Amino acid sequence: MTFHSPDLGKLFFGRLTLDDIPYHEPILIFTFIGVAIGAIAVLGLITYYRKWGYLWNEWFTSVDHKKIGIMYIVLALIMLLRGFADALMMRGQQAMAFGAHEGYLPAHHYDQIFTAHGTIMIFFVAMPFITGLINFVMPLQIGSRDVAFPFLNNFSFWMTVSGAVLVMASLFIGVFARTGWLAYPPLSELPASPDSGVDYWIWGLQIAGVGTTLSGINMIATIVKMRAPGMTMMRMPIFTWTALLANVLIVAAFPVLTATLALLALDRYAGTHFFTNDLGGNYMMYINLIWVWGHPEVYILVLPAFGVYSEVTSTFSRKRLFGYASMVYATVVIAVLSYLVWLHHFFTMGSGASVNSFFGITTMIISIPTGAKIFNWMFTMYRGRIVYDVAMMWVVAFIVTFVIGGMTGVLLAVPPADFQLHNSLFLIAHFHNVIIGGVLFGMFAGVNYWFPKAFGFRLDPFWGKVSFWFWVVGFYFAFMPLYWLGLMGVTRRVRHFDDPSLQIWFEIAAFGAVLIMLGIAAMLVQFAVSIMHRDKLRDTTGDPWHGRTLEWSTSSPPPPYNFAFTPQVHDIDTWWQMKQHNWRRPMEGFVPIHMPKNTGTGVYLAVLSFIFGFAMVWYMWLVAAISFVALLAVAIHHTFNYDRDYYIRADEVHRIEAARAGA
Amino acid sequence: MSDMTMTVSGGSGAEEALRFHVAEDHHPENATLLGFWLYLMSDCLIFACLFATYGVLGREYAGGPSAKEVLELPIVAVNTTLLLLSSITYGFSVLEMQQNRRGPMMAWLIVTWFLGAGFITLELTEFTHLVSIGAGPGRSAFLSSFFTLVGTHGLHVTSGLIWMIVLLVQVGKKGLIPANKRRLMCLSMFWHFLDVVWVGVFSFVYLMGVLS
Repeated sequence: MTFHSPDLGKLFFGRLTLDDIPYHEPILIFTFIGVAIGAIAVLGLITYYRKWGYLWNEWFTSVDHKKIGIMYIVLALIMLLRGFADALMMRGQQAMAFGAHEGYLPAHHYDQIFTAHGTIMIFFVAMPFITGLINFVMPLQIGSRDVAFPFLNNFSFWMTVSGAVLVMASLFIGVFARTGWLAYPPLSELPASPDSGVDYWIWGLQIAGVGTTLSGINMIATIVKMRAPGMTMMRMPIFTWTALLANVLIVAAFPVLTATLALLALDRYAGTHFFTNDLGGNYMMYINLIWVWGHPEVYILVLPAFGVYSEVTSTFSRKRLFGYASMVYATVVIAVLSYLVWLHHFFTMGSGASVNSFFGITTMIISIPTGAKIFNWMFTMYRGRIVYDVAMMWVVAFIVTFVIGGMTGVLLAVPPADFQLHNSLFLIAHFHNVIIGGVLFGMFAGVNYWFPKAFGFRLDPFWGKVSFWFWVVGFYFAFMPLYWLGLMGVTRRVRHFDDPSLQIWFEIAAFGAVLIMLGIAAMLVQFAVSIMHRDKLRDTTGDPWHGRTLEWSTSSPPPPYNFAFTPQVHDIDTWWQMKQHNWRRPMEGFVPIHMPKNTGTGVYLAVLSFIFGFAMVWYMWLVAAISFVALLAVAIHHTFNYDRDYYIRADEVHRIEAARAGA
Repeated sequence: MSDMTMTVSGGSGAEEALRFHVAEDHHPENATLLGFWLYLMSDCLIFACLFATYGVLGREYAGGPSAKEVLELPIVAVNTTLLLLSSITYGFSVLEMQQNRRGPMMAWLIVTWFLGAGFITLELTEFTHLVSIGAGPGRSAFLSSFFTLVGTHGLHVTSGLIWMIVLLVQVGKKGLIPANKRRLMCLSMFWHFLDVVWVGVFSFVYLMGVLS
């Protein structure tokens, strides 16, 4: 393309040139061709089956918390494939790059991969996974029709997608950050990282972060204001409790991330000196701020997983959860303590003995409420009639795995030990141990547990078990060698090794990664097989596991309004009590139901945010200005629409309820 | 508990049980004000980070001008007065809103708007002056954190001004319907919140800066 005036081209395209397309890197070209063929196939199929209208009307513009929750989890699964591909590439590189062999990844590519792996797994796999589960389950558990702000919910989801797409775009246009997933300055400052990488990181997270913060506010307001009558705080299901605390942490932590990213962006774009080496900047300020967000983030992820374990354990042990009140208090204590430990991420950075001791002790204290929870789950199982369905198998794998991860965590919390283990593969093994064994196992348990509620049929147990065993065994093969390597002093983020005696451990770890790959493949097979055999796996009761909480009292999948009559709650295990009293779903006396209308505004705003973020990354000032003004205009225009709700008529409710009863 | 018990299906009569659903349409109370308050708290944390950053970097002059040399209290005193007055006039506007008197309500909101616009104008004048004497945000960590803290507050006030125009148009078109009243209450919280933040900026940045 040629322009009469070169300045106009620069104004429009910023610093983006053809050289930023990595057509000279075979790995990326093959990836691109693969992604392109896949994308064309999917888009072609949607067009062929004329599903665009359905997708747009029933899903993309939907303000129904159940559909938004499902879309969040689909996003998480797609991004899991990307994040895992990165992991596999790193394991392959480290298993072969010894001595004279340089491996197959050049350094600048390897550095992008470990940064992208961490960023994607935390922000675009774990976060959408927990937000999705909370979205789907929590309003059903509290007997509500929807969340407090249904449109905001849709908008939050699409902002998360927008951030994910921006990070994915860096694969084929320009580069991603080569700084590690938290982009420590001064490495992430302009002099050391002048290309588009850190900017993609900043804007991808900033846009997704807006979605996360707003979703946090939404969920808190929902839990505080919209519980069914009779559901006092101490009658809320444990998953709802953990969802509440996780969202309190989101609202209290993500603004810190927003501010920190904004300050780094100002350093890079406006020439300020917050974290630079010169003119008074102080990069320790960044490291403190980012971990003031970063540590609570870990608990944002793991608390809802703890909630899932609690629900699954008591359901599949056919027992009331042991120590409900202590579980609640433990969750609250963990949430509070999570703000008092951030410094343990940089014990070695010279804060002095007394400061390190304080943060070492607070860190160790967290293991007390966490240990209490482990005992609560085990006492729930004790003398229960345990049913080893796939969800329950994940719980047992979690208890074993998480205890190991927790104990190595306490080890790292001892400052003198941390001076040895800091930045080593021991740390990598530890946090994968707690995030995979704690968060991811919980999400898989949750998916197996609530899938029938979402779709009306169960997941195939055989492939679920295949996936389970590959995952769990693969996890131990992949990460136990890293503990060992870390103890021997191998540091993280290394592309090439000289000592040949280490190679065998990296090969074992790579073997573990292959097993995990088979586990992920089996999970995809599980979805496919279940959809094919959905009639055989159909659940018509709405309560396939003999559940205890309100979400099992409505049909599967639930109607758009969740409950034709708002439930009245008298107990923690409401649905169990209702079953004890032979409650039957009422079939008459319906009243019109007030519902929110769908809207496309969330999608439009997210698309504009993507364009704005992309333009900022490439210094396309004109495009950035236009898209920003358009963002404001669309948002303001949306507020002029006062016609946002409608009623489902009583006879329509009657028809839906009759169909549900007949199913 | 006796008043809560009734028959399950209403027909059988023999089997007594707790009531497990509400027969009438259940309307949870509106959550907008709580949600907006939560948003304000999250915003408050952003300011907390900027205050903390100023606290750490606010004495890093890097050979450039110090706070005492560049900050001028008289302008800021006028500015503070404008903003505090605008909170009072917004309060009058809300009082009129509660009486359902649209005209006076809008008039007070317009007064508020001009006070806020005056604040922004003075702030921009101050910023332009600082940049012109070579004390821009890139000069030192002190000035970076100063411009960012004060500027973020200014950006919020500007958003409030845009919001105020939108609400004036909406109240003009639709009148004081419940949706608009709710929005006016949200903007009211936002506006007073910015006042509180400004009191912090004024004391922490300007007063302490000039005293040091």
